[in-house]
Amino acid sequence: MPQSSVRNEQAAVAQAPARSRLGARLSLLWQQIKAARHSYFLMAPYMALFFLFTVVPVVISILLSFTYFNMLEFPKFIGWQNYARLFLEDDVFLIAIKNTILFAIITGPISYIACFVFAWIINELPPKLRAFMTLVFYAPSISGNVYFIWLMIFSGDRYGIANGLLIKLGVILEPILWLKTEAYVMPIIILVQLWLSLGTGFLAFIAGLQTVDRTLYEAGAVDGIRNRWQELWYITLPSMRPQLMFGAVIQLTASFAVADVSIALAGFPSVNYAAETVVTHLIDFGTNRFEMGYASAIATVLFLLMVGTNLLVQKLLRRVGE
Amino acid sequence: MAAILAPRKRVNRSLSGSVSLFLLLLLFGAFMVLPLIYAVNNAFKPLDEIFTFPPTLFVKNPTFSNFTDLMNLLGNTWVPFTRYAFNTIFITGLGIVGHVLLASAAAYPLAKHVFPGKGFLFQIVVLSLMFTPAVTAIPNYMILSWLGWIDTYWAVIIPAFAYSLGLYLMKQFMEQIPDALLEAAKIDGASEYRIWWTIVMPNVKPAWLTLIILLFQMLWGSDGNGYIYSEQLKTLHYAAGQIVQGGIARAGAGAAVALILMSVPITLFVFSQSRIIETMASSGMKD
Repeated sequence: MPQSSVRNEQAAVAQAPARSRLGARLSLLWQQIKAARHSYFLMAPYMALFFLFTVVPVVISILLSFTYFNMLEFPKFIGWQNYARLFLEDDVFLIAIKNTILFAIITGPISYIACFVFAWIINELPPKLRAFMTLVFYAPSISGNVYFIWLMIFSGDRYGIANGLLIKLGVILEPILWLKTEAYVMPIIILVQLWLSLGTGFLAFIAGLQTVDRTLYEAGAVDGIRNRWQELWYITLPSMRPQLMFGAVIQLTASFAVADVSIALAGFPSVNYAAETVVTHLIDFGTNRFEMGYASAIATVLFLLMVGTNLLVQKLLRRVGE
Repeated sequence: MAAILAPRKRVNRSLSGSVSLFLLLLLFGAFMVLPLIYAVNNAFKPLDEIFTFPPTLFVKNPTFSNFTDLMNLLGNTWVPFTRYAFNTIFITGLGIVGHVLLASAAAYPLAKHVFPGKGFLFQIVVLSLMFTPAVTAIPNYMILSWLGWIDTYWAVIIPAFAYSLGLYLMKQFMEQIPDALLEAAKIDGASEYRIWWTIVMPNVKPAWLTLIILLFQMLWGSDGNGYIYSEQLKTLHYAAGQIVQGGIARAGAGAAVALILMSVPITLFVFSQSRIIETMASSGMKD
């Protein structure tokens, strides 16, 4: 605040005026709040629920992470013990965090780039075909939780598509238990996660591409832009920065939150915890073992990891085209 | 082919580039759509065709037996199938109505008014897009049980009202309503509530549809989020999950369920696609 430094300089001479200035500012603020009361009334129902079910829970979660809490007794403050246990004693958590970061750095960027590249190609198609291809790419993510189709594709017997095909081609002789073999579990989940990942971000990119000012392309052609790649880099990407930032948040958040697909395909717990993620670990301690303090510490780590990464990526994307 | 790929006759388009990008699109399009085609075909396969070696993608002797099996199976459950369907429809319907109303009421001041705390409130909403709801699952359970809503529909419906992506998209979309329109109404003496209901709301219909689709997707696929225990309150998706887990004997019925579950949201999207794209055009994050 610039005012505070000014106030420091004048502190000795003008303490009383400073206080009255603060009073004046407060009363001005009160005037503004009163003038805008209709705005607050309109927002009140949503914001009340939003604070009750999103903001307050984050605070509670952070507070509980410093306690021992089993839902029966009152939470007992234990300082950093939960965090020490997480990072020093809990081997499964280390697998979980390794897998989660793996998802974030593989499915995050790949899905982000895929969203953009396919939106970009689709955007050049004639309208009817464009609508159809949009549906083709968006369908998996919207079709509810039908990722259990992949259970049939990677089923462990000869009737699964993957095994059947490989046996017929003579690549393997015996069916492979895909989802019960540590080495295959993660790649399969990554594949399914990518299949599901062309969602809201993809639609935002398609929409964003349609709003890029056409005259910019014509001007670019006059200015010596020679091919579609230069056009993409110098005109399209910088014009789409707001959508690019929105898409990044959506894709990154989804890639950190992998749990349902892991549980549905690899089981819970997965073979030797090979597909454990921070979220499945959280579910394990929260709903199976009722160690709520410990689970809250997991939730807090996840929260910091996701928000931290997102803010960092936002900062980087703000520089695109500058 | 170049004519198909560059309909606007833009300069700077090489044929080889167009062809290779089109092939890339076909290849990945196949990856996206083949599992869904497989699911559709499985629903019409007789059981011996589902379990055949080598496995086939397309059905040879289509039959409706999986669907009749499914009906028989559901006819014999303790809780009738219609009850599961009612639960899902009730949760989805009420959740959508409440969310669209509350989110657009909150989005209007955030988009068009100036008041203390506006920037702060919107920043929190954006921040909440950056983490998964799993983070707040435990405190949410405590809050819901304190409210006495555990094992009721409300445990799923009411938190869905405050879905933050919906508010975000609605607010971004409302920003493009011309201020002059609102000023004119204000001069005519309309209250803020009237302006919201009679001027803003009709102008953001594309955004409604988008919020409806997003929430539909979330609630239609909900299995009760672990807050619902009573069998007669459980959802269609939960019942479907039970059938799918039934193993080999249920494989046919499971495939039929998968088809039913996926066809509803896809159909909905087919009809609302252009509206949703219109909303997404304003989804960007400004600095």
